Amino acid sequence: MARPADIPEFEGGRLLANLMYFARTLRAAGMPVGPGRLLAAVEAVRAVGLGNRRDFYWTLHAVFVNRRDQRELFDQAFHIFWRNPRILEKALAMVLPQTRMDTGEPQAPMMKRLAEALHGKDGPGGDEPAEERLELDAALTFSERELLQKTDFEQMSTEELTLAKAALARLRLPLLDVATRRFTADPSGPRVDMRATLRAALRNGAGAIPLKRRRIKTNHPPLVILCDISGSMSRYSRLFLHFMHAVTNDRDRVHTFLFGTRLTNVTRYLRAKDIDVAVDRVTEAVDDWSGGTRIGECLAEFNRHWSRRVLGQGAVVLFISDGLDRAAGEGLGPVMERLHKSCRRLIWLNPLLRYEAFEPKSLGMKAILPHVDEFRPVHNLASLSSLIEALSRPAGRRLEAAAEWRPTAA
Amino acid sequence: MSSSSLPVSVDATATLLAGQRYVADRSLATAVFLALKLGRPLFLEGEAGVGKTEIAKVLASGLGRRLIRLQCYEGLDVASAVYEWNYARQMLEIRLAEAGQASREDIQRDIFDARFLIKRPLLQALEADAGGAPVLLIDELDRTDEPFEAYLLEVLSDFQVTIPEIGTIKAAEPPIVIVTSNRTREIHDALKRRCFYHWVDYPSAARELEILAVKAPDAGEALSREVVGFVQALRKMDLFKQPGVAETIDWAEALMQLDALTLTPEAINDTLGVILKYQDDIQRLQGSEAQRLLEQVKAELGGQTAV
Repeated sequence: MARPADIPEFEGGRLLANLMYFARTLRAAGMPVGPGRLLAAVEAVRAVGLGNRRDFYWTLHAVFVNRRDQRELFDQAFHIFWRNPRILEKALAMVLPQTRMDTGEPQAPMMKRLAEALHGKDGPGGDEPAEERLELDAALTFSERELLQKTDFEQMSTEELTLAKAALARLRLPLLDVATRRFTADPSGPRVDMRATLRAALRNGAGAIPLKRRRIKTNHPPLVILCDISGSMSRYSRLFLHFMHAVTNDRDRVHTFLFGTRLTNVTRYLRAKDIDVAVDRVTEAVDDWSGGTRIGECLAEFNRHWSRRVLGQGAVVLFISDGLDRAAGEGLGPVMERLHKSCRRLIWLNPLLRYEAFEPKSLGMKAILPHVDEFRPVHNLASLSSLIEALSRPAGRRLEAAAEWRPTAA
Repeated sequence: MSSSSLPVSVDATATLLAGQRYVADRSLATAVFLALKLGRPLFLEGEAGVGKTEIAKVLASGLGRRLIRLQCYEGLDVASAVYEWNYARQMLEIRLAEAGQASREDIQRDIFDARFLIKRPLLQALEADAGGAPVLLIDELDRTDEPFEAYLLEVLSDFQVTIPEIGTIKAAEPPIVIVTSNRTREIHDALKRRCFYHWVDYPSAARELEILAVKAPDAGEALSREVVGFVQALRKMDLFKQPGVAETIDWAEALMQLDALTLTPEAINDTLGVILKYQDDIQRLQGSEAQRLLEQVKAELGGQTAV
């Protein structure tokens, strides 16, 4: 370890100071570089020595970089900094206002909401009145909620929407659990836990050895949500954001992607605890709201770049889309098949299914339908809760699951 | 002390790797040297087939150390990664002891004795043998789940394992640890922070040619050039799975077995399964696309030799 005592002897302290500034630069640029890393860097540079620039580069690289996507940033910072630290400072000064805005951002909407709360009804359709009523008159709220259950999201008034959002926030997804390879103690479990048995035997002393039991532990599989945000879905997509936010914050291992004309991973934005902050960040990150749909291309991109990373551990996929595709389902079939084959269960949620006489006639739907395990409506709260029921049921045999729809699709 | 046999500089590390027929970039040699010198784990990430696992094997044979491999999978638990008690023998011991009227404390002490401990890779790695501390390869860490990753934190930072019945076992000499990941999920920063990180990239054309010369020396110069050129061109295409270095070597060997002296569209079509492992990719390349790519590669190579 580099003790403070021997630091001044190190290159007269100049290099150390520079290393420190370099670390601070990287931190300002958004890399997670703490004092621990800096000490490690000092140690590493001392071990390798300052023989040549390339070795110095790779030494710092080994210490400071720990994700692939940091490489470009490090590379640029290194080359600018170690030529002339001043230039970088200037460059950073130009970038910094933006990064500051990024960090300050979460506060802005909060303050706006706070202002709304203070000034009463200043904000257009704020959540405050609705929440107040919920607290004041429980019976009324209940009946209202009943009514809400059946109303289509598309026909709701702003106020009803607010209530629906609140209901969505309370939603829990009890996705089926899958067996892991781990065990947990259970007095009536099917297997003998030898280790616990032997310990108990010693505690008991002589005589019989009491059998301790265990069973296989279950855990919910990861969840991947692919949500369509094209024009035809626009009325629903914002509500689904609330749903996705509730799910993301309720359990771990949830990945969320939005797609219209291109695919965006919004998992990180939805992790914000406050729904308004989360929605704002998502809105900012996505630039194809209410545009066209290219389901095939977006899913192909998902398959190529993300599937191996997020579907790795047997994930369940929720595919939220109306299946109306600008490319008329071209190339959608094989892409959907690949997605289906690389996940545990593929559930298609379709708001169009609300019509009594719905038939999957569009080319896009016909291409998708043969490759889903479950096909469900999501147009009101009642359908969402029936979805939850369906999800907590043990899955049927995969290819028979959505069979009722297949004849119409074929 | 065996640590004297560790390389003393980046150059020495590069020489050591080269001595074991491993062609390494300077960047990789630096990371390996740092890991060896400062006794920290080396965390290697990269696509499949770029030689991550090979590093550990090469280090073990180059330094004359024992290689201990822990292959990760989902649900990997302490019983199969660290230690397990030999229950059958423990039961027997209890019965014997009871017959011999041993006291309860004696039994307790004897039962959880090292004799009944079955050591799994992580525990084995804490024991140095005559040649020095072993090389511990924790392969494909991304396949296991977060709880095991968290467990590794203690092992990788302090090189110690706690067994409740015995106590803490600490390595006298820390093992050389190589952790690899295919990045099917992101490993937690807490673990990465304890390691030196290196992203193993696909090699450049020149480097890959060097690798072929070492790993498949019987392939002719012309064939090697074409194979490398073709594979490099493939990596620029938008494929589902790009061929790794391992595939390049396999392909060169497969072509040699078929007595091919240069690449032809037919030879490529026959052996495409060696470099591409997904039906979509193979379908895309079969026929005219392969021919087009081959012509492009040959034109480039021709241009090079002319210059």
